[in-house]
Amino acid sequence: MPLSDEKVQFLYEKAYSIRQSIVEMLIEAKSGHTAGSLDMADVFSYLYFYALKHNPQKPDWPYRDRLVLSNGHICPVLYATMAHSGYFPVSELKTLRKFGSKLQGHPHREFLPALENSSGPLGSGLSQIVGMALADRMDFGKTSGKQFVCLMGDGELNEGQNWEAIMLAGKEKIQNIIVIIDRNNIQIDGFTEDVMPLNPLADKWRAFNWHVQEIDGHNFRAIDEAWGQAKSVFDKPSVIIANTISSKGIPAFERKYEWHGKPPTSSEEIKIARESLGITIK
Amino acid sequence: MINPNQKLNPKIFDKDIESAPIRRGFGEGLVLAGDTNKNVVGLCSDLSESTTMNLFKDKYPDRFVEMGIAEQNMASVASGMAAMGKIPFITSYAMFSPGRNWEQIRTTICYNNRNVKIAGSHAGVSVGPDGGTHQAIEDIAILRAIPNMVIISPCDINEARKATIACALNNNPTYIRLARNNTPVITSKESPFEIGKAQLLFMPKDNKRAEIGIIATGALLHRALKVAFELENEGKLVKVLNLSTIKPLDEDSVWKLAHETGAIVTVEEHQILGGMGSAVAECLARHYPTPMEFVGIKDKFGQSGTPEELIEHYGMGEKDIKNAIKKVMLRKTK
Repeated sequence: MPLSDEKVQFLYEKAYSIRQSIVEMLIEAKSGHTAGSLDMADVFSYLYFYALKHNPQKPDWPYRDRLVLSNGHICPVLYATMAHSGYFPVSELKTLRKFGSKLQGHPHREFLPALENSSGPLGSGLSQIVGMALADRMDFGKTSGKQFVCLMGDGELNEGQNWEAIMLAGKEKIQNIIVIIDRNNIQIDGFTEDVMPLNPLADKWRAFNWHVQEIDGHNFRAIDEAWGQAKSVFDKPSVIIANTISSKGIPAFERKYEWHGKPPTSSEEIKIARESLGITIK
Repeated sequence: MINPNQKLNPKIFDKDIESAPIRRGFGEGLVLAGDTNKNVVGLCSDLSESTTMNLFKDKYPDRFVEMGIAEQNMASVASGMAAMGKIPFITSYAMFSPGRNWEQIRTTICYNNRNVKIAGSHAGVSVGPDGGTHQAIEDIAILRAIPNMVIISPCDINEARKATIACALNNNPTYIRLARNNTPVITSKESPFEIGKAQLLFMPKDNKRAEIGIIATGALLHRALKVAFELENEGKLVKVLNLSTIKPLDEDSVWKLAHETGAIVTVEEHQILGGMGSAVAECLARHYPTPMEFVGIKDKFGQSGTPEELIEHYGMGEKDIKNAIKKVMLRKTK
């Protein structure tokens, strides 16, 4: 059954608040990654406010789904989503990247134990989710009811370790793994297809025995439909290639790879970012 | 004399002392650890027989994962399994794990503080004919620098077995360094072993104060003991410490030996740079500065040859240990 209009509106509003928080965090921190954080806000909203089994009051609930963020540099969206879901106060978001903060520049679970993993160095998240799913299968069989979700960037697919993990998950036929790729087509030095071409990306994953879907990563009904299909796949891991618009929500920054790794800093950039997301500062 | 409390092999200085590969102690220990704890799991990069993980694989096929030749993935998969409560042992040649996958070990195992055990087989030049590409002689150095990591370098098959069983229980990222070849069996099943505790294997008779302290680790320990035995017959007063845990370092045992002897020689089949001797030197520089000599590899790569030839060529034989002792004795200040 498709998502109701009310649910879509609810998820849209959550994503909007998450984007507002991301921009304010980055402005305050004066460093960090804008593009991927903003463009994954819809996927994060969908996962944390609809799809995932989790309990912000009891982060170590053993029956929760596991979510590993592999491209740790987009942690502003993770932190903002966790705060809006109740893992910690929204007011703490402004401590991003500051000394002693739970919110390290790249996620570190020693500082924020509710995280499933620390990340930052690219290309190792998928391996970790495969390990978690393998361990779960040893204990509970292949239908344990938990989902093992890995979120990753497209640029990070340059890392060879991913393909080792893709091979292993395909070989082991781990059906409760769902990977969502932020296909925003940018990385630090330029467009992905110029830096190190990934296409035909879907074919590559298919060749490794994965179930592959390509969707509009800003369309909640498309995300939901792909999620449902991925959950119903038998004896194969699933990947959802979520086509996104980098820096989604700030049209002046959208699709520009220059915004991969920097925050709005000049008064003009800050003004544009805030106005685009309807943020008014008293 | 041999420390009687250590219950060492009585044939320790006999020509017909039995030998066994240190790595097999790991394989046997892993089965024993697996017998008592169902969370112990094994991951291997296409080398299950030569790392001896096949013993575990054959007994517990459902708790074994064949990773293919993919050590980086193996380290991070193990991190994920540990996150779910497993105690994964990952194994390959030390050159590839922890050699190739150092960053995955640092970030996904140690930075995450996950309970993963890394068994690096074929460490040292004694791998022999395979040549320098396959001889891990930097592994201690690269792992010592990572927070949360425990490093164990067993001296024989019995100690490797005990170390494997012990590290299944220590709840820390842990590296076990294993040599490939037949190595004299120094210890017995009854010899004491504790992670983080150095063992005094050889000491002067009648509780006399020792004048030279040898600290050795791994497969070269037997050579160090033979040298000590010879020197004792020449009237020298020698102590030999088996430093099987390199990190955390048993600082008390190290500085007390330096305090007693005023001269220390370290012996290891590893680069001198950053190895066990360096750890000892760092400790002594802070607690009790003492003249030291280092027996180990002097900033060179390995090459093909028999283990004996290579140990001699790279200056880690018995005569090299004796020379190091002579040199350090000349520098003694008390």
